[in-house]
Formats: sequence, C-alpha cells, structure tokens
Amino acid sequence: MLAYTFKRILQGIITVWFIATVTFIAMHAVPGDPLANERATTEQIRLNLEQRYGLDRPVSEQYLVFIGGILRGDFGISFTQENRRVNDIIRENFPVSATLGILAVTFAALGGILMGALTALFRNRLPDFVIMFLVILGISVPSFVVAALSQLVLVDINASLGFSLLPVAGWGTLRHMIVPSMVLGLGTMAYLTRLMRSSMLEITSSDFIRTARAKGLPPARIFLKHQLRNAILPVVTVLGPAIAAITTGGFVVELVFAIPGLGRYFVEAVQQLDYTVIMGTTVFYGAFLVSMVIVVDLLYGWIDPRVRLE
Amino acid sequence: MDESPVYRDPMSRHAVRQVLWLGAIATAGFLALMVALAWASSATGGGSLVGRAIDVETKTITRALAQEPPQLDSTRATDQVSLFVLGHIMEGLLRYDASNRLVPGVAERWDVRPDGATFWLRDDARWSDGRPVTAHDFAFAWRTILDPANASEYAFILYYLKNAEAINAGRMPPEALGVTAAGDLVLEVEFERPVAFFDKLVAFAVYFPVREDFYVSRDGRYGADTEDLLYNGPFMMTRWAHGAHVRLEKNPHYWNRDTVMLNVIDMPYVTSDTGAVVNLFKDGSIVSATLGAEQLDDAMKLRWDLGRYSDGSVFYLDFNFRPERLTSNLHLRKALQYVNDPGELVNKVIALPGYQPAVSLFPAWLTGVERSFRQEYPPLTISPDLEKARQHLELAKRELGVAELPPLVLLTGDAPIANKQAEYFQNLFSRALGIEIRIDKQIFKQRLEKMTSGDFDIVAAGWGPDFADPLTYGDLYASWNGNNRGKYNNPELDDQVRIAQNSVDPRTRMDAFGEIQRILIEDAVHLPNYERGNVYVQDPRLKGVVHRAVGTDPDYSQAYLIENP
Repeated sequence: MLAYTFKRILQGIITVWFIATVTFIAMHAVPGDPLANERATTEQIRLNLEQRYGLDRPVSEQYLVFIGGILRGDFGISFTQENRRVNDIIRENFPVSATLGILAVTFAALGGILMGALTALFRNRLPDFVIMFLVILGISVPSFVVAALSQLVLVDINASLGFSLLPVAGWGTLRHMIVPSMVLGLGTMAYLTRLMRSSMLEITSSDFIRTARAKGLPPARIFLKHQLRNAILPVVTVLGPAIAAITTGGFVVELVFAIPGLGRYFVEAVQQLDYTVIMGTTVFYGAFLVSMVIVVDLLYGWIDPRVRLE
Repeated sequence: MDESPVYRDPMSRHAVRQVLWLGAIATAGFLALMVALAWASSATGGGSLVGRAIDVETKTITRALAQEPPQLDSTRATDQVSLFVLGHIMEGLLRYDASNRLVPGVAERWDVRPDGATFWLRDDARWSDGRPVTAHDFAFAWRTILDPANASEYAFILYYLKNAEAINAGRMPPEALGVTAAGDLVLEVEFERPVAFFDKLVAFAVYFPVREDFYVSRDGRYGADTEDLLYNGPFMMTRWAHGAHVRLEKNPHYWNRDTVMLNVIDMPYVTSDTGAVVNLFKDGSIVSATLGAEQLDDAMKLRWDLGRYSDGSVFYLDFNFRPERLTSNLHLRKALQYVNDPGELVNKVIALPGYQPAVSLFPAWLTGVERSFRQEYPPLTISPDLEKARQHLELAKRELGVAELPPLVLLTGDAPIANKQAEYFQNLFSRALGIEIRIDKQIFKQRLEKMTSGDFDIVAAGWGPDFADPLTYGDLYASWNGNNRGKYNNPELDDQVRIAQNSVDPRTRMDAFGEIQRILIEDAVHLPNYERGNVYVQDPRLKGVVHRAVGTDPDYSQAYLIENP
C-alpha cells in the first residue's frame, strides 16, 4: 500500500512537470504579445517593460527561471496586476473556488446517486421518465443560460416577496453560496444520475441480488449493503475528475454571480496572455487534478476490497 | 438499456422508502456542510456584508465594479477601473469640477509659461496619516514614473518635462528631471518643449503625488493593498478583498472635506457581466447599472429613466498603407469612403442610445479656441454617393491592374458591437461595390499582434482620450506614432502635427488640427464610425454624479443623496 502510494505520487510529479512544460511551450507559441496594449508604447518603454519581466532573455533561460520558481514554490508576479504575486492570487481566490466546488460536487453526488437509484427502482415508469427528461435538460443546457436564468428568477422571487430571500450575486455568507453551487453542480448531477441509473440496473439483475432476495434479506438491507454499495463504484471513479473540473470550470458562474474565484483569473489570464498567472494557475490546477485522481484511486481500494492496489 | 428483467414487487416499495430516508439524510448533510463552509469562509475574513443600494442615514451607496482594479500605484496605472478608483482616493495639482472646468486641487494657483510652470500648493492639503502634501511628493512621483526600472507605460505623457525622455531611456539619472521643489509649497517645472495644455495634464492620474518615505517603506508593494497606500483625495480605501470587494470611505484629512457628501461607496460586487449588474440593480442591491443592448428592451418595459453620455472615445476603420496592400490605393479607399454611412451604422445597426455617428477623428466634445472644436472647424461631410463610389472603384481597378478585386481582410475584435460593425461593413461593401470582405475576428492580444505586424487590409480601431486637448487624437497618424498601425506616411500631415505639438498659440494649434482633419478626410485615411456612448440607469435618490470623457468617470466626489425624489 505504501509502495503503491509512493509510486503514484512520483508519477503525479512527473505528470505535473509535463503539464508545466507543455503549457510553457504552448503559451509561447500562441501569437500575441503579453506586453502589448491598445496604446502603443515607445521603443524605450517597451524595453523597460521587457527587462522588468525578464522577457528580454532567451526563452530557454525563461524556462529555467520558471522551473526554478516552481521548485521554490514561487510563481512570480502577475503581468496584469503588477504588484500582486501569483501565489497571493491563488492563496486568496482558490479557497473561494474550492468552497463553491465542494458544495457543487456534494450537491451533484448526493442528487445524482439519489435520483439515479430512484430512476432504476422506477424503471420505465413515470418518475423515471420525468427525472431522465430533467437529466437530458441538465446535460444539454449550457451553464451560462442556467446561471443567468436562475439569477433572473431570484430577482423575481425577491421582488414578489418584498424582501431579499437569497442575494442575487456576491459572496461571503451561506446565503450567497446556495444558488451558484446548485447551478455549478447541475451538469455533473445530471451526468451522475445517468451513470448511477445504468449501474443500478446492472446490479439489480445480477445473481447475488437474486440470492440475497431468495435468502429473505430485508429489502432495505439489500438496497443499502448490496445494490447501492456496488452500484456506487463507477460514480466514485468519476468524482475525482469531476471535483477538479468543477473547481476549475466555474468561470461563467463566477462571472454571473460576481464570485471572486480562481476560475476567472484562469480564463482572463489566458485571454490577456498573462504569462505568470497562466503558468501558476495551470501548474496549481494540474497538481490539484493529479492529486484528486490519486485520492480517488486510494479510496477505491477502501470501498471495494476486490481492487488490489499492489 | 433494458437488459435486465423488471422487478415490480413489494420489495422495491420498501426500497423506495429507504431511498427517501437516505435523501433526507443527504439533504441534512448537505445543509450541515454549507453551514460549516459558510462559517469557515466568514472566519477567514472573505465575507462581504451586503447592504442595500442606498442608506440615506449613513450616506452609503452600494455599486458594482466591472473588474478588480489591476494597479493602484498611480505611477503605473493605465486602465479605466484603476483610474476611477484613483480619481476618488487621490488628488493632483488640479482637478475637474462638475462642469468639466479645471479648478484648484492641491495647487492653489498656477502659472504656465512656454518654458515652464510654477504651482503654489495649498498649506492645508494632507495625506491620510495627517502629514502635509508637499511639492516634494510631486517631484518624487514624476521622477519615479520616468525611472526605467519602474517601467511605466504612461511615461511618455511626462516627456514634456525637461530631460524626461533621456531619463526614461536610462541616459540620465532621475534627479536630472526638470522639476524642483522650491520649499514645501512651490513646485517649479521646466519644459523640454513648449506645451499648451500642461494644466490639463497635471489633472491626469499619472501626475498624482506619491510620498517618498512611504513609497520606500512599502518595499515594492506600493499600491498592492489598502495599507500599502496613502490617500490625499476625497475618499480613502478601507477595504480591498481582491476580486471581491472594494470599499471607499470619506477621507477626514481631505482639505476640501466639507464638499464631500457621501460617507461610503461600497463595491461588494466585481463582475463584467452586464446582465448580472442589471439584475443586481433590479433587485435593489446597487445604485446604478450600465446597460448593454440585451438589457435595453427590458429597461424600456420597466420604464426606467435612462441616462446617457458620450465616453469620449471615437471608433473608425483604419486602412493598411503598406505598399503591398490594395488599401494603399487612394481610389479604393475613396470608393469605400463614399459608401460609408455612420448614421445608418449607429441608428440601425448598433441602435444604442448615447452612441453618435462619427464624422471626424476629433469627437464632438473637444474644445477649440473658444467654442467647441466641431463648431469652429466643421469637418468636410462626405455623404454616401453610390455613383461616385463606383467611379472611384473603376479607377482603383485600373490603377491596380485587376479586373476583379480579391477579398479584403477586415480585422476586428470579439465584442458584440465589433461583430455587428464588421458584419454590417461586410454586407455594405459587398452589396454596394461587390467587394468581398473576409472578417478576421481575434481576441484582444492576438488582434493587437496582427495590427502591429500589419496583417490586415482594414481594421476596426478606436481611440480614447488621455487628456482634454485635440492633440490626444491629432498625432495618431503622424508617421512616427506607434499607434499609426496602418503606417500612413504623409509629410504634410506630419508638419501640421509638429505645429500643434510645439506651438502655444491656441489659434495656430487649432488651425493645425483643422488641417489634420481636412487631410484625413480628403485622403480617406480612415472611415469614422461612431462616438461611443454609455447608457445607464441610476437610483433617483442619488444626485450629483458627474460623467466625463476625460478623467474620473463616474465621479462621486460631489454626489449626494435625497430622501424623496
């Protein structure tokens, strides 16, 4: 177990290095000048700027400086917010994205498992049809539509109530988090519902369930111990990547609900060619994703003893 | 999907009960987690307490911010949001009043001569730590801007000062700059060349003061957080949660504090999504919202009282004058000029209140010698004329030696209005002249790259003013100007730009701008499209907000609240 964990961590480090290098190359290959602005600068001002950011040095040297920075845990200074360190940006804004992400994933996982189990139990009956219709809706409607729509509905609810039931946007208290996390988790919940449904159906028709029924076990026990526990495995598998995807993919929700998450910095940095922020957030998210996958792999062994980790 | 047999027995009903139980437990767990996270996030201080839009009692207004201010070090700020915040928390030698006249700021009186200027500072101007604002603070700020190590993008706007350009290039030490503090309250400025609008320049944020001992004590973090700034303006920043919340409160040390009526400007929402901002306004959470085209119908339905103003920028199509480009041909440009109809573009295509058709590089708000520049030097109007356009097109084809013109590349940005504009011209040029336009839509940095390297025939461009003098536009097409991305090169125009730059006589300068305007139109150097407007809705209890083309916009320093509108 220990050797396995160690091996996975080593693999993870190599993966992160690979991600960093490819991003570095891609970023420099993208056309566009990180220092350019609508207002053209004079030769001299441009030269001064290049020196400040070390862009006057050859690319190979910039790469070494950057890798050295990562090893020291220092991502440098943002190009667009010139007196903020990328480390500070991540430290201040990632917790917001993470909070939103955890809530969204919890919402998605609980809802997905619950509704998936329900659809399986009521297969080809009304609850199944209704939920599956909603699932298809949840998967196909893009998040910016859901986000804008839910905000609009909130405004109307608040207006008709005459007081603010839930805030329309902003961040800070529990009341701010409810709607955005549900909007953010909706797509994943729909996906997990489908996954859970097919997995439940497969398990329900298997021999050991029939045996359990024949033995006369109470239905609740069959459901919990035999069906749910076995059916939940594929859901756990996708949960790790889903957490990473949700915490990194909150750009639209963060924009619409004015949430100070890292997702906005991530997307805006790419648009602005903010080299240090691109590299910092990519490496950070890369490491985050890799560690999530490792955690899920380890969890797997715990949930399903048949999986041998060694 | 249906590979398994169906069980419809009492067992599944029991199971359903079980599932519902599980659901209840899960919901309870979810709520518990939310409470825990909410508690954790408020414990780390990330919480933003959101009030309502207006509190007349405490004189507080709440509004949204389009983005996090990227740079509050006034020596390095360049963007609108930073300049908006800086305009409230800092004050320069002079400032603009509600009717856009220059009035005393830190300087009580001033004298601008062809070779230099003198500013007499008031003795009651204070920093937010209670110490006086002195002439040394201005001298230090200006030297810092020109120090090459500081790499200020706006350094060029100080090149009028003696030795400024040499210092910025590292050929002279910053101490050689032509600015000296003659005592604490007199600032002496020497010019490199005569400058007719220096009083307007010192009202600009880049000319704001910075106190040396404080700047040095922050060790490179000046302007990074609330405690890394000293304030000498009407407000001070009491809270700055990056990307989340900016809060300004009245500065008790400000010399002119009796004219400041608001106590708090709270900005707990940071988003560039206009839909979200309008929703916040509708909800009563913020005092004002800028509208986009999508929100306009809604606003009409709700019978909102809309405000509108010109933000000072002018937008146009620029041509590429590099010899290998077809657009370097005068007759081709003339043909396009004769079908250009800014009125149709603005009224039928953009269709947003506040936008005005552009007829010249010099927008309508600029002042000439006495009256508006537009009145004193009316531009030659070219009304659409299909006959003339086709004649020019034939001449162009003959000169270029082609029977049929190859498609022209129109480079444009990715904003909604840029899309509409590009599609309109694509349609117009093809319909009227049979010229095929290929739209090259690029995001910001990539568009700039292509503009700079000349990878276009036509580009949708625009210009926002730095200072309230026609020169902020007038030198754009000078052969040496880096913003002249089409590389237009005309010695006659260059001569006029030099006159406008070097003369201090208002009449001579305005004549030069008049000439520049004439050349631009006669030579079809660009096609004016629109002067950008801003449509907004504002809570009727808030009064005295000033909007302007140059300087702090919007300006809340004289704003006040009334109980019953």
